[in-house]
Amino acid sequence: MSIEIQGVGKRFGDFVALENIDLSIPTGQLTALLGPSGGGKSTLLRIIAGLENADEGTVEIEGVNATQLPPQKRNVGFVFQHYAAFKHMTVAKNVAFGLEIRKRPKHEIKAKVAELLELVHLSQFADRLPSQLSGGQRQRMALARALAIEPSVLLLDEPFGALDAKVRKELRDWLRRLHDEVHVTTVFVTHDQEEALEVSDSIVVINEGRIEQIGSPDDLYDRPANEFVLSFLGPVTQLGDRSIRPHDIAVSPIEISSAVEGRITRWTRVGFEVRLEVTPTDPRFEDRVLVSLTRAEASGLGVGEGSLVWLRPMDGALTLV
Amino acid sequence: MSTTTTGWPGLSRPAGSVTLTRTSGIGLGLTMTWFSLLVLIPLAAVIVTATEGGWTNFWSAITNEQTSRAIVLTLLAATAVTVVNVFMGTAIAWVLVRDRFWGRSALDVLIDIPFALPTIVAGLVLLSLYGNDSPLGINVANTSWSVYLAFLFVTLPFIVRMVQPVLESLDLDIEEAAASLGASRFTTFRRIILPSLAPAIAAGATLSFARGVGEYGSLVLLSGNLPFESEVASVRILGAIENDNPAAAASVATLLLVVSLLVIVALDVIQRRVARRD
Repeated sequence: MSIEIQGVGKRFGDFVALENIDLSIPTGQLTALLGPSGGGKSTLLRIIAGLENADEGTVEIEGVNATQLPPQKRNVGFVFQHYAAFKHMTVAKNVAFGLEIRKRPKHEIKAKVAELLELVHLSQFADRLPSQLSGGQRQRMALARALAIEPSVLLLDEPFGALDAKVRKELRDWLRRLHDEVHVTTVFVTHDQEEALEVSDSIVVINEGRIEQIGSPDDLYDRPANEFVLSFLGPVTQLGDRSIRPHDIAVSPIEISSAVEGRITRWTRVGFEVRLEVTPTDPRFEDRVLVSLTRAEASGLGVGEGSLVWLRPMDGALTLV
Repeated sequence: MSTTTTGWPGLSRPAGSVTLTRTSGIGLGLTMTWFSLLVLIPLAAVIVTATEGGWTNFWSAITNEQTSRAIVLTLLAATAVTVVNVFMGTAIAWVLVRDRFWGRSALDVLIDIPFALPTIVAGLVLLSLYGNDSPLGINVANTSWSVYLAFLFVTLPFIVRMVQPVLESLDLDIEEAAASLGASRFTTFRRIILPSLAPAIAAGATLSFARGVGEYGSLVLLSGNLPFESEVASVRILGAIENDNPAAAASVATLLLVVSLLVIVALDVIQRRVARRD
């Protein structure tokens, strides 16, 4: 295990940010800390980095008890949401900073910086200042800077949070490929479940200072431990007395047994997907049921807005009472 | 990147064909007229007066033994006080921005007192504290120390007030990034924070030096204006005017003007070096 966290707690005044956290993060993997804002995931990351001190509990990094170590001594790479670029230094100097602090020989620093800039595709920007780069480029520079010190763990705090949707998506794919190349143990914080599902090897869901569930993206999506994890990892709707994902509902235009009867009150097409809103006929079920179909499925049904349909969970679909 | 760089934004405009719009033309005209009336013409007049008698008169006016001693004292005190302010001003700004303690906001307001106080009042305060009847037992009246003391008093806020807002706007995550890369607090200050503060420190130092060179009100009471001991350049200028020798007064004024200009340029050069040291 690369990072071993035991019984960590943290309070800010009366606010409990983290409570009795036990967590093991395996070596060489990409782990996501996922949860809503203010849930404590960033605080946990900062405690691992030594930027925040835990009130109780211990943090071990690569077998060394790091609980009392200052950030300088932990050898972790940290990437901030807002890049934290050294504005008066060129891109190359930013990347070289950690190596200069470690008093490495000049030629070694030069070679390492060139290699890293190559890795993050910024070679031609080596002599620019950070202000002359786009947000995505700045974050890649910050990543190269963090990797330069050959950290035992790489920590990223909402690394793509300040970028627009398209760049975010690109950088996300790129981070995954980069990780497959360098294999450094990586922990990243995000509140975007799609980001976590797409990029990580394992996900830790954190809410209100506690860990809700730990598992692979498949585990969490298909076998959520509770209602919170189910709803946080994807869309959820109420079918009868059960919670279910909208794409796990089978729609039938003819009456079938043990199904929920309802009328289609809304029909929205979003690209390849068709979203239906079905109002159940049974007055006991107040909430409208959301159903998500592919375009082909929807047109194959031969129904439209106002049609009566029967809904039931698909075979093997996950439902929570 | 889909496009290649097209050069620096400021240079994309073809040189030599700068045309002003009507509003910016009026703005520039107004600025230049105002600046000329208030600054350029009076300064030119001083230089003209100083050079009317030719180089020899100018030279003899400023090499007059008593005058040169006054000029040396003024420049020495202004320089020393500015150096002290660079350190103390930055330290005070740091404490005001980064530390939380009881009475911080009160101190923040009080820093401005040397600005707000009429200089002659400052002089009176200094005289009653550090004069012949000093309740503290510190008597610097009629010595050159009084000049240093008065300069220190009136120039205290300059660097504090210049550095403070810059320090407030610095992001803490930059320092955290430096720390996680292994930089000690001192290294972080020297290599990350200081380059950002350098322009503000330099601007404050310029103001502090200039204020010192021209200071009069706060020191006349305490210093006693003793020739060869505690007399400063501004007092010499006043003396020359009173003795109906405007050319000598203008000569001293011109020298101070040139020195101040050199200091402004020098500080700007140093500031650029520090800000771009890496």
